[in-house]
Amino acid sequence: MLGFVLRRLGESLLAVWGVVTIVFFVTRILGDPAALLLPIGASAQDIDALRAQLGLDQPLMLQYVQFLVKAVQGDFGTSFQHGRDAMQVVLERLPATATLALTAIALGLVIGGIAGSIAALKRGKTIEFIVMTFALLGQATPVFWLGIMLILFFGVNLGWLPTGGYGTLSHLILPAFTLAVFVSASIARLLRSSMLEILQEDYIRTAKAKGLLRHTVFVWHVARNALIPVVTMTAILTGELLGGSVVTETVFSWPGIGRLIIQAIEAKDFPVIQAGITLIAVIFVLINFLVDLLYGVLDPRIRSAR
Amino acid sequence: MAPLLDIRNLTVEFDTPEGTVHAVNSLSYSVEAGETLGIVGESGSGKSVHILAMMGLLPMPPGRIVSGEAWFDGQNLMDMSDRELRAVRGGQIGMVFQDPMSSLNPVLTVGRQLREVLVRHTDLTGTKLRARMIELLEIVGIPHPEARLDQYPHEFSGGMRQRVMIAIGMACNPRLLVADEATTALDVTVQAQILDLVRQLKQDFGTTVLWITHDMGVVAELADTIQVMYGGRIMERGPVSPVFRTPHSAYTHGLLKSLPDEGARAQRRLYQINGSPPNMANPPKGDPFAPRNPYATERCLNEVPPLRDVGDVPGHKVAAWYDLPALLAQENEVAK
Ligand SMILES: Nc1ncnc2c1ncn2[C@@H]1O[C@H](COP(=O)(O)OP(=O)(O)OP(=O)(O)O)[C@@H](O)[C@H]1O
Ligand SMILES: [Mg+2]
Repeated sequence: MLGFVLRRLGESLLAVWGVVTIVFFVTRILGDPAALLLPIGASAQDIDALRAQLGLDQPLMLQYVQFLVKAVQGDFGTSFQHGRDAMQVVLERLPATATLALTAIALGLVIGGIAGSIAALKRGKTIEFIVMTFALLGQATPVFWLGIMLILFFGVNLGWLPTGGYGTLSHLILPAFTLAVFVSASIARLLRSSMLEILQEDYIRTAKAKGLLRHTVFVWHVARNALIPVVTMTAILTGELLGGSVVTETVFSWPGIGRLIIQAIEAKDFPVIQAGITLIAVIFVLINFLVDLLYGVLDPRIRSAR
Repeated sequence: MAPLLDIRNLTVEFDTPEGTVHAVNSLSYSVEAGETLGIVGESGSGKSVHILAMMGLLPMPPGRIVSGEAWFDGQNLMDMSDRELRAVRGGQIGMVFQDPMSSLNPVLTVGRQLREVLVRHTDLTGTKLRARMIELLEIVGIPHPEARLDQYPHEFSGGMRQRVMIAIGMACNPRLLVADEATTALDVTVQAQILDLVRQLKQDFGTTVLWITHDMGVVAELADTIQVMYGGRIMERGPVSPVFRTPHSAYTHGLLKSLPDEGARAQRRLYQINGSPPNMANPPKGDPFAPRNPYATERCLNEVPPLRDVGDVPGHKVAAWYDLPALLAQENEVAK
């Protein structure tokens, strides 16, 4: 078990390093931030001076090594735009993103879990068809379109909810619901197919042959096994949403990490881009690590294989 | 005395893309209390399906119970609600299925899966419950039962898992134990141990046993009565030794010839019944075995033979238009 944890930790560090490296070099392709930061018509000397100040005149490999050394210490440099510590700028946006992501995941799990179970248990009935049609629609509907429609209807026409922004529960409802539609649709579809597969298993017949009550068979034999792939998908979705749901955050003017990084890319704010992407990579890797541990809890076969 | 189990006119079909599969065709038989019935027959003869149908475990669709009754202890299982049936399953009727590899839930401990059935059908709790679980594992010959209860199925060998299945099947002292190829996946020594175990159970508790198998040898060892099935029908049935000595169905005769006898055991050359099992989506019109039967008459091909008494032995019945002992005697004459 300790060996497993150490190995996974090593893999995780390697993955984060890979992402950070790629982002560093891709960011340099974006172009020259110095030209953007100075007012139009600034002289070539001014631009050169600024580049030297930002350390952008040094050889690329040297910049990279310096970046890595500092990044390991948590120092991603000063934001060109905000004039403050880049990681600080990113972390300030984390609560907004996390609130939105976790609300959407929780909603999606509940709705998707119920819908998927109903579809599996009512196989061949009209209700399965209805649920699965909605799930397919939910997965296929573009998030920006759904978001805009919801804003138009509940925000503009009915005036019940704010059209965007951040701060109160009413601000959270529309963007969280928008994301939850996709999340619940994905979970419902996966859970249904997973349950249908489990229902065919011999041990379900055994459970029924024991005369167990219907809900015992469902909870402890069907759902308990069908859950395992759903955990993976939930983790991946959580990772994605915690990385900032760029489209939703933009449509609803939600001050999250996704929107921040898009703005940073437009402004060629290298330190913020690098800090943001690194944070996302770390979150992703961390979640995957937790899921692997959770897998061992859920599936004794995996536990003893370690 | 009324039989413990009485199946009457059970017909089960499956709706498949290839058409309707006639899996079980007006099957009728009964099992007396304390009797051990061995059911044999090739793959697809309806052995498992008729049991599943009787127990309310048939997947429907594609399965369909067209007609039939299954009287158990004076109650028709077919008329019972799902709820009533659940009270009988696992309690009064214990079941053991084939393939121990997939019949246990991989994510729950063996103890938990054993406890479930006890909690459902008995009043045992606390230390008494645990004591009974340990006792059950001891009865089926699992060493270190106390430690084994907290282990998962993948930590057990195939033979040990099959023992767990048997422990689950007999946990609540059922009046009827149904075992569907419970030893098929196991090697010969483990199989022998399990057969011993079942014999012990019968002795100690007077359990009625319905043992489904492909293996005539197992039937000879364990059963009082043998029932040979083919194409969802009974071909022959009767007390084990008369049926083994004087089979009246050509199918039984074939199965017995394929059993290696003492002399041939060294060579292990098995007699094969020619041809393949019937396609039950398009079954033969008459006797289902007729197309593969060298003794078949014109009538066999056109008319389904009823199950009739053979005559000399009470309870020995056959479904055949031909007189097999006479035909075999004739063959012997010619050979001489
Ligand atoms: N789910 C199903 N869908 C369609 N046909 C089925 C299904 N289950 C069983 N059958 C058919 O029913 C018939 C009887 O099958 P059954 O499983 O009872 O045979 P069996 O005698 O138990 O054979 P085996 O010795 O292989 O276990 C076969 O023709 C089989 O193809
Ligand atoms: Mg079978």
